[in-house]
Amino acid sequence: MRIEKHPILEFKSSSKIKFTYNGNELEGYEGETIAAALHAAGVRIMRESGHLHRPRGLFCNIGNCSSCLMVVNGEPNVRVCVERLREGMVVETQKGKGELK
Amino acid sequence: MKYTEVAIVGGGPAGLTAAMSAAKLGAEVILIDRNDYLGGQLIKQTHRFFGSKQQRASERGIDIARELSDQVMNIPNIQVMTEATVLGYYEDGVLLVEQNKKIITIHPKRIVISTGGAEKTLLFPNNDLPGVYGAGAVQTLVNVYGVKPGKKVLMVGAGNIGVIVSYQLLQAGIEVVAIIEAAPKIGAYWVHAAKVVRAGVPILTRHTIVKAHGEREVNGATVVRLDENWQPITGTQKKLDVDVICLSVGLTPLSELLWQAGCKMVYVPELGGNVPLRNEHLETSVPGIYVAGDVAGIEEASAAMMEGSLAGLEAAASLGYTSETLQENLRDVLEQLKGLRSGSVGEKIRKGMEQVSLG
Repeated sequence: MRIEKHPILEFKSSSKIKFTYNGNELEGYEGETIAAALHAAGVRIMRESGHLHRPRGLFCNIGNCSSCLMVVNGEPNVRVCVERLREGMVVETQKGKGELK
Repeated sequence: MKYTEVAIVGGGPAGLTAAMSAAKLGAEVILIDRNDYLGGQLIKQTHRFFGSKQQRASERGIDIARELSDQVMNIPNIQVMTEATVLGYYEDGVLLVEQNKKIITIHPKRIVISTGGAEKTLLFPNNDLPGVYGAGAVQTLVNVYGVKPGKKVLMVGAGNIGVIVSYQLLQAGIEVVAIIEAAPKIGAYWVHAAKVVRAGVPILTRHTIVKAHGEREVNGATVVRLDENWQPITGTQKKLDVDVICLSVGLTPLSELLWQAGCKMVYVPELGGNVPLRNEHLETSVPGIYVAGDVAGIEEASAAMMEGSLAGLEAAASLGYTSETLQENLRDVLEQLKGLRSGSVGEKIRKGMEQVSLG
């Protein structure tokens, strides 16, 4: 969900960016993070924990806590809270610690 | 290997003012930040600051971040490295930095560590569910990106951050169902709390969270009333219909580099956790390493800016840089810090500061 109107801030529209999330095409804006784009699309689950397979999401949003790690363009453990969205990105829910190839 | 006079690690309010102060005295400065922007947590703060003019009274954090960043970017003897992560400090005084997937080594004569703080969490069942956020995380989503994390929020913690972020959520059109606070009294300044109370948000003191509800994401929370011994009172549990649980239960200093450098550290709960011992110049027990801002103790951003100025001046002065007004500037900064920490609101900080002096 995006904020439509704000008494102080003006959210200028930048160019739209297409990316895929678990195979589904979504749109975000240039300059925002992957996490912000996913949240705007209603996606809050980013990872499945390694041992108990519990869903995990955003916690700190400053790149510190490792809760939001996802697979981006095939690379695991990307901190999507600080990674900027780029055209054509392939974003996937990460299972556990992810696998380096 | 890069050589410089003063390296500043962290480009938030403390780091920005440290860079400016050191550079204006004449030192060559490198300012390093892991983000792709400068300003640290100021970039998400839409509320106005108060204090004196030098402390940026009546300015919003977002505007302060822009002004300070612009000033820093225009000072010729400051080199700014963003998207640059300091990976380590080595005992020969070298910083190891990763930027653009390359490793850079920097050998500064002086270092100011201004890495800030990060949000604490709280233990309760299902606290790992998506929908449980640090308050600052939600503030970033809303104020920087214009995105709502959900529709209905429970704020846990009625300090300044919890109350300010609650108001900012309301401004963004998000419902704040309640603010709960375990203590008998709120910690926030009344000037902030009055806004949310007038907006109809209940502040429930002597309440804590029992658990989060939801299979895959938060869809509710149970809270309970506490007695004078901070124990749950049987029969007072209440289920709240919320899809976001915001934790505003304090910040902790990001002191990893200081530990690694071998600085003498002490646990001071009044300052948020493990902080370095430092002298009156803000120099730690490792000669040449200075600290400023939340990494030295969790305070308001105004104090971070003043500490940054002090650390920057002291670092440059220790290299021999001086000016006609240096002593006056140092006195002024110290007076402002003293003012910020005065009165009843500063009591906790003063108590913390008593425990961190290098003898």
